[in-house]
Amino acid sequence: MKDNFKKIFKGGLGQLTIPIIAICLLVIFNLIRDPAFFSIALSHNNEGNLVLSGNLISIINGASELAILAMGMTLVTAACGGQDISVGAAAAIAGSAFVKILKSSPNINGVTVIAAFLFACVVAMIFGSFNGTLVSVFKIQPMIATLILYTCGRSIAYWINGGATPTVDSPIINAIGSFIPGIPIPTPILIVVLVAIVFKLVFHFTSLELFTQSVGINGSAARLNGINSTFIKLLSFIILGVCVAIAGTIGVSRLGLINHETLLLDVEMDTILAVAIGGNNLGGGKFKISGSIIGAYVIQMLTITLYAMKVSSTDVKAYKAVVIILLVVIGSPVIKAKFSKLMNNIKNRKPAVAKGAE
Amino acid sequence: MIKKKLGSMFLAGSLMMTMLFSACSSGGTTTTTSTPAPASTEPETVAETTVDEAPAVETPASGTIKVGVVNNPPSESGYREANVKDMEAVFSADNGYELKTAYSLKNDEQLQAAQGFITEGVDYLLISAAETTGWDDVLKKAQEAGIKVYLFDRMIDVDESLYEAAVVSDMSKEGETAVQWLLDQNLDEYNVIHIQGAMGSDAQIGRTGALDAQFESGKMKKVVQQTATWDEAEAKKIVESVINSKEDFNVIYAENDGMAKGAVAALDEAGITHGVDGKVIVMGFDCNKWALRELKAGAWNYDGQCSPFQAQIISDLIQGKTTASSKKIINEEKGFDAKTLTDADIETYGLGE
Amino acid sequence: MQENCLLKMRNINKLFPGVKALSNVDFTLRKGEIHALMGENGAGKSTLIKILTGVYQMDDGEIIISGNSANIRSPQDAQNIGISTVYQEITLCPNLTVAENMFIGREESFIVRHRYYEKRAEKILNDLGIPARSTQQLGSCSLAVQQMVAIARAVDMKCKVLILDEPTSSLDDNEVNMLFSLMRDLKSQGVGIIFVTHFLEQVYEVCDRITVLRNGELVGEYLTEELPQVELVAKMIGKELDELSSLGEFEEKQTAESEVFYEAKSLSSSDALPFDFEIHKGEVNGFTGLLGSGRSESVRAIFGADKVNGGTVKIKGEDVKITKPIDAMKHGIGYLAEDRKRDGIIADLSVRENIILALQVMKGFFKPISRSEAEAFADEYIKVLNIKTASRETPIGSLSGGNQQKVILARWLLTHPDYLILDEPTRGIDVGTKLEIQKLVLKLAEDGVSVTFISSEVEEMLRTCSRLIVMRDRHIVGELKGKDLNQAQVMKTIAGGESKNEG
Repeated sequence: MKDNFKKIFKGGLGQLTIPIIAICLLVIFNLIRDPAFFSIALSHNNEGNLVLSGNLISIINGASELAILAMGMTLVTAACGGQDISVGAAAAIAGSAFVKILKSSPNINGVTVIAAFLFACVVAMIFGSFNGTLVSVFKIQPMIATLILYTCGRSIAYWINGGATPTVDSPIINAIGSFIPGIPIPTPILIVVLVAIVFKLVFHFTSLELFTQSVGINGSAARLNGINSTFIKLLSFIILGVCVAIAGTIGVSRLGLINHETLLLDVEMDTILAVAIGGNNLGGGKFKISGSIIGAYVIQMLTITLYAMKVSSTDVKAYKAVVIILLVVIGSPVIKAKFSKLMNNIKNRKPAVAKGAE
Repeated sequence: MIKKKLGSMFLAGSLMMTMLFSACSSGGTTTTTSTPAPASTEPETVAETTVDEAPAVETPASGTIKVGVVNNPPSESGYREANVKDMEAVFSADNGYELKTAYSLKNDEQLQAAQGFITEGVDYLLISAAETTGWDDVLKKAQEAGIKVYLFDRMIDVDESLYEAAVVSDMSKEGETAVQWLLDQNLDEYNVIHIQGAMGSDAQIGRTGALDAQFESGKMKKVVQQTATWDEAEAKKIVESVINSKEDFNVIYAENDGMAKGAVAALDEAGITHGVDGKVIVMGFDCNKWALRELKAGAWNYDGQCSPFQAQIISDLIQGKTTASSKKIINEEKGFDAKTLTDADIETYGLGE
Repeated sequence: MQENCLLKMRNINKLFPGVKALSNVDFTLRKGEIHALMGENGAGKSTLIKILTGVYQMDDGEIIISGNSANIRSPQDAQNIGISTVYQEITLCPNLTVAENMFIGREESFIVRHRYYEKRAEKILNDLGIPARSTQQLGSCSLAVQQMVAIARAVDMKCKVLILDEPTSSLDDNEVNMLFSLMRDLKSQGVGIIFVTHFLEQVYEVCDRITVLRNGELVGEYLTEELPQVELVAKMIGKELDELSSLGEFEEKQTAESEVFYEAKSLSSSDALPFDFEIHKGEVNGFTGLLGSGRSESVRAIFGADKVNGGTVKIKGEDVKITKPIDAMKHGIGYLAEDRKRDGIIADLSVRENIILALQVMKGFFKPISRSEAEAFADEYIKVLNIKTASRETPIGSLSGGNQQKVILARWLLTHPDYLILDEPTRGIDVGTKLEIQKLVLKLAEDGVSVTFISSEVEEMLRTCSRLIVMRDRHIVGELKGKDLNQAQVMKTIAGGESKNEG
């Protein structure tokens, strides 16, 4: 973290520069527009719990599913050099599986919720390995391979629970989706932190990061160094599967309802964008999970800002597109190279000027 | 039991995928199934529409009336699922029908299916079209073959003479009913959060119209009007952002039940009361059973119906029990008030479980 | 003299962050001259060429072309004023025809007149004596012909200055000769050719002048006939000749009958025909043969790099199964691949990560090497192998070829292999590093490591190996040791030995 900060202030273009600048600009913009935009209030909700509220909380809370998916997507991107576009559909399946178990038990308690979640994980991992097998064994381009599940995923979700929008009502589900009594921070935020810590630990206690990057940068060399690249690619999809299950569970728990058609609708595009805004190369290779998480918050902050500005429904997506185009173009290698050249020129000129003054 | 079911689901899942693979080349997934009596699908749930005491009607020589239904697939929505079930229940063998169905979201596949039914020689053709255009030829052929056509749920752009009648919902009327109910509440002021469905859909256009008129007339104040594209979570975010901006509002008009639920979740988190004795009036559409239960519990105030039950009306027309006064028959739709809703209403009109 | 001058570069300076790549370098190219640009890796050759072709902008200096000062801001500019480059890697499209490749991107109108272009291409090919048809798919031509097509394209663009950057690295002798006659042809037409290569013999065969760079500075410009080969090497590496000669002696290498470490019987893979092979502990042997003779394919089979089809393998007398790289690694075998860029480096990863990679794989997925341990390993090998890098965290891709190779060597040394296979470890790297690697190989052998060493430079193999396995047309045709280890014998065996392979 310290290193990253140093890099930014040294004028070098670290991977995180663009997303951090984007967040700063959005914050400044909002503060100018409405100084109270980021104010946070502590108040009672309808269940009588003291909870935090405010735009900042809405942003961080609302981006939870996106952030978790972006973490998994980063791995897939790094290892396979392509993206999984079926995460939204897969999350609908996982969410439906979650609800299915809850609905089939007479009363919902902690054990059933855990069982339902584990079941959702298994289901999502199975679909993840389906995608992963197509990509790693059959060498199908990730976007094409996952197009299959993207197309039929929500139909599969429909088969699990039928077409209506089944609801589940339980304090435990409510605690997962909104607040645990006594804790004023929305639970999804806590889950994101937890997932991020788990990723950190996995990177610390395994060679996942090194192997994934090696496979993504130079698969042939990785193979000749004894890395099983098929396994690494498959593994990335399975890990994404777990992320999908967590995101699906949060999505369902927020409202205690599964709508297979709209649960995390279009989230795949936002996820890919989050990875891109985070400065990760969509062609695979080196990656930074933290970048993707920040990317997710950038996207969410943009959405909430537009809502707060009451931009009309029909225009929201267009505004979003404009900002994202800007971010992606600024982050492109071409602009980066131009910028570092400029920085170099400035750097080189300074001593020259100093000398000239003497 | 569950495991077994899920096991078969996975099997079906993988089958579906292989189908998709092959579909790439063959170019279609229309499944034309001949459905005899839906013995396995609980026929008792449709009690309200089934005419139990129906006398043995004058049947054609073959003894049964052959009906071909071209519809959208039940997976499209909860509405469609109820619609399909209703069709299967009403046009059952017990009621003297032989039902053939074809489901597709694609117009050309629907056209092919209709063509197929004509060749097979059905007596009646019932259509809920994916698109409003392109049906002239098929309907003319049906007419030449002496097949009578009924449209349901959706209109088609053809000459009126080509079909017997169209039984449809009037989405704008749904909106008008709801807005009229809202006006009847005689609030001092109306500060409305309007959460729209997917822009451009029939339901969105219909349900938005009446409210827009009120905004324009100045009778109601538009706090915010934004689309959540039928997405519950998005609806919650929209309401959250209004709450965070500290703007005052006392009505939430959500264009379907899911989005109303999302909006209510935001109110709950912010500690704002809602429903019958609350500060904010909550309105939804579609009459899912769970939504009507929220209504009954007093957490919401109003739910507007969008009836998927057209089968009985058509059946009555076929059997000559009623006659159509005009080509376009508007399926009567109700609006439910939390204060007057009964448990029987929930059973009768609620969708899903 | 002055009017004879095609290109003049004066006081060229180029600074990269932290490195002075070129300082006050002069370079002159005359009409109808083949001019070798020599230097170790990192001497500044590529930087100079990239400035000339507009890939980089110089910080300071002057370029004069045919008497006029030129401002080259992009590769397009360079092309417009008649500077063309043919790179080591073919940059044409293999799936288009020869004619299309020659005219792509410079059609005079939007309507592509295939017939017309094919005719024109045919004429150029004929004139230059290039054995290709204009309608042939480029990919179906040999590498040398592809190289020549690229040159033909450049020539047809009225180039005055032709830069050939390592054009011969992947060509066999015959093809090199074809290329040289084409170069002489162009020379007689007045084209100035800048020739960058690592093969000293080739320089002496074809070049008129030599310019030597070292550490970003100009050492001097010489007429080829006035500069003996040994002196050239000395100028390039800036060392005295004793050091070279100490290695140069063909001392009697022990062909000691120590225990056999690795033994293969009729081993074959998807790319290699069945062959027998054994290596003793502490032995250095080599595979030699022309390009495509199967020498690389054979050692790849030993490592399990390609799909192994059959054969039995014994290590220290015990039967083992090696079907994939990780099997070989677990049995103490390391393999430095022939194509460093494709099969060796992980370009975006740091030197540190590249060094620990193989060891990490051997330790396993769940036992990561800690950061501090990895740093210690990296520092150690950067020092031991004298790897020139800004830091251990520098991406390996930004190092010079020789230093990249050293990092890959470090990667395998770190696994402490019993048997190390080095396939062309010295290709495309500078003389100094070549010597260092040869010394290292001998040192490893002294320490009891078995080494298989492959190099296209027979000289180099004679210096290091105690036994040479000679291959031709994918068969082993001979094995040389002791007094047979000399250039003449090797050539004879390659040219006419009897096949020893079975089947």
